[in-house]
Amino acid sequence: MSFGIPFFPQEASSEAGQVDALFYTLLAFSVVLGLALTGLVVGYAVKYRVGSKADRTGKRSRSLPLEMSWTIASLVIAFIFFGWGATLFVRRDHPPADALEISGLGKQWMWEFRQPGGQREINELHVPVGKAVVVSLAAQDVIHSFYVPAFRIKQDAVPGRTTHIWFIATEPGRYHLFCAQYCGTQHSEMGGWVTAMAPEQYAAWLNSQGEGETLAASGEKLFRALGCSGCHGASSKVRAPSLDGIFGRPVALDNQQTVIADERYLRDSILNPKKEIAAGYEPIMPSFDGLIDEGELQMLLAYLKSLSPQPTAGARS
Amino acid sequence: MTNAAMQGTYLGEGSGPRAWLLTTDHKRVAWLYLVSLTAFFFLGGAMAVLMRIELATPAGDLVSDDVYNRLFSLHGIIMVWFFLVPSIPATLGNFLLPLMIGARDLAFPRLNLASWYVFIFGSLFALFSVVAGGVDTGWTFYTPLSTLYANGWVSTAAFGVFIVGFSTIMTGINFIVTVHTLRAPGLTWFRLPIFVWTLYATSLVMVLATPVLAASLILIVLERVFGIGIFNPDLGGDPLLFQHLFWFYSHPAVYIMILPGMGVVSEVLPCFSRRPLFGYKAVAMSSMAIAVFGFLVWGHHMFVSGQSAYAGVVFSFLSFCVAIPSAIKVFNWSLTLRKGEISFETPMLYALFFLALFTFGGLAGLFLASLAVDVHVHDTYFVVAHFHYIMVGGMVTAYMAGLHFWWPKMTGRMYSETAGRIAATATFVGFNLTFFPQFVLGFDGMPRRYHTYPPEFQFWNVLSSAGAVVLAIGYLMPLFYLGWSLFRGARATDNPWDATGLEWQTSSPPPPHNFETMPVVTRPAYAYDMKGLEHERFSPHREEAAR
Repeated sequence: MSFGIPFFPQEASSEAGQVDALFYTLLAFSVVLGLALTGLVVGYAVKYRVGSKADRTGKRSRSLPLEMSWTIASLVIAFIFFGWGATLFVRRDHPPADALEISGLGKQWMWEFRQPGGQREINELHVPVGKAVVVSLAAQDVIHSFYVPAFRIKQDAVPGRTTHIWFIATEPGRYHLFCAQYCGTQHSEMGGWVTAMAPEQYAAWLNSQGEGETLAASGEKLFRALGCSGCHGASSKVRAPSLDGIFGRPVALDNQQTVIADERYLRDSILNPKKEIAAGYEPIMPSFDGLIDEGELQMLLAYLKSLSPQPTAGARS
Repeated sequence: MTNAAMQGTYLGEGSGPRAWLLTTDHKRVAWLYLVSLTAFFFLGGAMAVLMRIELATPAGDLVSDDVYNRLFSLHGIIMVWFFLVPSIPATLGNFLLPLMIGARDLAFPRLNLASWYVFIFGSLFALFSVVAGGVDTGWTFYTPLSTLYANGWVSTAAFGVFIVGFSTIMTGINFIVTVHTLRAPGLTWFRLPIFVWTLYATSLVMVLATPVLAASLILIVLERVFGIGIFNPDLGGDPLLFQHLFWFYSHPAVYIMILPGMGVVSEVLPCFSRRPLFGYKAVAMSSMAIAVFGFLVWGHHMFVSGQSAYAGVVFSFLSFCVAIPSAIKVFNWSLTLRKGEISFETPMLYALFFLALFTFGGLAGLFLASLAVDVHVHDTYFVVAHFHYIMVGGMVTAYMAGLHFWWPKMTGRMYSETAGRIAATATFVGFNLTFFPQFVLGFDGMPRRYHTYPPEFQFWNVLSSAGAVVLAIGYLMPLFYLGWSLFRGARATDNPWDATGLEWQTSSPPPPHNFETMPVVTRPAYAYDMKGLEHERFSPHREEAAR
C-alpha cells in the first residue's frame, strides 16, 4: 500500500503467502521474458530499420537448434509452474481432521452461515485465527461462489451438491467476502465480511451470541417432524436401513455395486431415493424433493453425519 | 464508386442493392460481412463505454443493476458471436482465401452468400432481445441462472446464437473444401501462406466445436420452455454439465477467435521486414497443434466449480501444453525481424502492437493455468484483463493490421498514412491504459461482473475508464479516414507494399474472377529474399508463357 493506492492485496491466511510466492515468481518470469522480447523486437526494429547500415550478412529464416531449444525451454518452464500450482491445489481436498466445521448457504443475494454451536450469521462470518476452518457450501437457487481475496480462496456453491473450502486465518481483521460467480440482479451486493479473531475473542463472541441450536440438533428435530424416524428409527415396524454410523460407510446397492455414503449419496437418497437402493430393502421411501429447502437439507445431513462417531475427511468428496 | 477506374473490377459489376445482396462473389460477400460486423463492433463497443462510465465510481449511479447486467451480457454475446468469431474469417478470409490460393471463388459461392443471410437472420434475434428488454445471464448462459432464474429474453438470444452457429459452420466447410480442392498449380501445402493455414485450422475447429454449442443451447431452451430436466438438479439434472458442454465449445472458440489473427500477423511482419517468416513449418504446425489441443483444455474454466480436483490437475497440465505452440509463434515472429529492412507503415505498427499485447495476454494465461493462482484470480478482473489482451489486444489489433494491409487490394484506394499511424498508436496506448489496471484489480480481488464495488478499488477503475476513452478514439478514427479513402483516397497500385503472395499479383481491386490468367506457383511463401523477384511478381503472363 502506497499513497492509498492498493497494489498488493493483504495476506491473511496460511494459503495466501504460498499462493503469492507462486504468483510473484510467475510475475518475475513474465517481466523478465516480456522485457527480453520487447528489447529484442525494439532492438531489431531500430537496428534493421530501412536504410540503416547494420550488417545483414548471415541471414537465416530457420534454425533447428534454436527452434528446438526454445521449444524445450518452454516445456520445462511450463511444467515447473504446472507442478508448483498443482501441488498447492490438491491440498484443497484434504482439510485437517480437527477442522472447525461451519456450514454456508448461498442464496440470491446473501450468505447464511451456521457456526458449529448453532449460532447463525447473515453476510458475516466469524472465525478464529490459527485454527483450520472448513466451510461446507450449498446453494439454494443458482450457483454462487465463496471468495475471500485476503485468504486467496474461492469455491463455487452449486445447487444440488455440497462443496467444501478450508483455510487457516493468520491475521486478525475484517476481510471482504464476495460472491464471485455471477448470480443475477444484485450479484455485486452479495457479500459481506469475514472477521478473523484471536481464539479467546472468538470464544467470547460465540458466548455473546448465545447458545444456538446446533445444525445437527435442528436436523434431529426435522428428522422426527418429517417422519423419517418412523421408518429409520430403531423400533420401527417398517423395514428401512438403520442410519446409525451411516456416514462414510460403504453401502451395498441392489445392483451389485457398492458406494460410500458420502454427502452426495445421502443428499440423493433424500431427494431421489429410487436412484440408488440399498440391497435387501424395498424401494418404498418417498422423495422429499420440493418438501424441504436447501437449508433444511443441510440440517438433515449434519444430523446424519453426527450419528457417525468419527466422520472421516476422506468421505467428504 | 462505379466510375471508369472501377470498370473491369469486381466493384464495377453493378452497384444497386440487387448487385450486392444477391452476389455470390466472395469479395462482395466479404463486404456484406464487413459492414454488418462493423455495426456490431460499435454496438458492442458502445455498451462497453457505458459500463466503463458506470465503473468510474464505486456506487451504481449511472444505470441500475439490472441494466448493468444486461450491458455486460449483451456486450459479451455481441462481441463474441456477432463480431469476434466471424471477424477475420468472414471478412478478410472471405476476400482473400481464393485470391491467396489462386482460385476464382470459394468452393461453394452460394453457400457463402447463404451463410451471410443466416448470420443476419440470427443477428435479428439477438437484436430483438436487445430492443425487447435484454438478457441478464452473461454471455456464458450458466445454468440454473439462465434456465430458471433469469428474467430476460434468454431464449431469443440463445436462439440467435444457435442460428449464427450455422453460418459459422457453413463458412468453415466452405473454407476446408476450398483449401483442399482449389489451390493453384504448384501451390503445395507447405507453400501456403500462414494466413491460409490458420483459416484452415480455424475452419476445422468451427466445424467440430460449433455443433456442441448448438446442442447445449437447444438443451437450455428445452429445459426453459418444456421443463425437461437436464441441468436443473431439482429435475435430476446437473448444472456443471452445462459448463462442460459450454466450454467444450467456447474454449476452442477462443482459438477460432485468435488463430486468424495470428495468420494476418504472419503475413504483415515478413512483408514490412522484407524477410521470409522465421520457422515457417513450425508456425504452420503450431497452428494445427493449437487447434487440436484447444479441444482438450475446457476444464480450466472450472477449477473452482466443484469439478474434481484431479480433473483440475489434468486440465491444468493440458493448458500449459497449449501455451507451447503460442510461445513458439511469438519467438518465430520476433526472429523474423532479424536482419530485415524494416519499415513502419500502419499495418506493421498494428502487427508489432499485436505482438506485444498477445505476448502480455499469453503470459497472463500462465497465471490462470497455474491451479493455486487461478483459485484466487478466477472470476476476477484478472481474467477479464487476460482475455481482453488476447481477444481485443490480439485479435482486434490483428484485424486492424489486416484491414489496413489489404485495404488497397479491397478498394483500389490508399488511406492517410499519418491518420493510420495515429490511430494505431492511440489504440495501443488506450488499450494498455484500459486493461492493464484490470490485472491489478483482479489480483487485489475485485470480482468481475460487479455493478458496484468497494471504494478502495476506485483508483484503478478510474484509470481503466480513462483509457477506454483513448481506446474509443483509436477505434473511431479508422471509421472516418477509411470511409474517406473509400471515395476520395489516392488510387492504389496493384502491389503497394511490394508483397509476395498471389493476391498481390492481380489488379487492385481484383477483377470479378480474380485472375485474368491462372497463376502458377513456383516459390515458397514469403520469398522476400529471392533475387529477381521484382521482375517476376507483376507478370503472371510470364507464368502463362512458361506453361
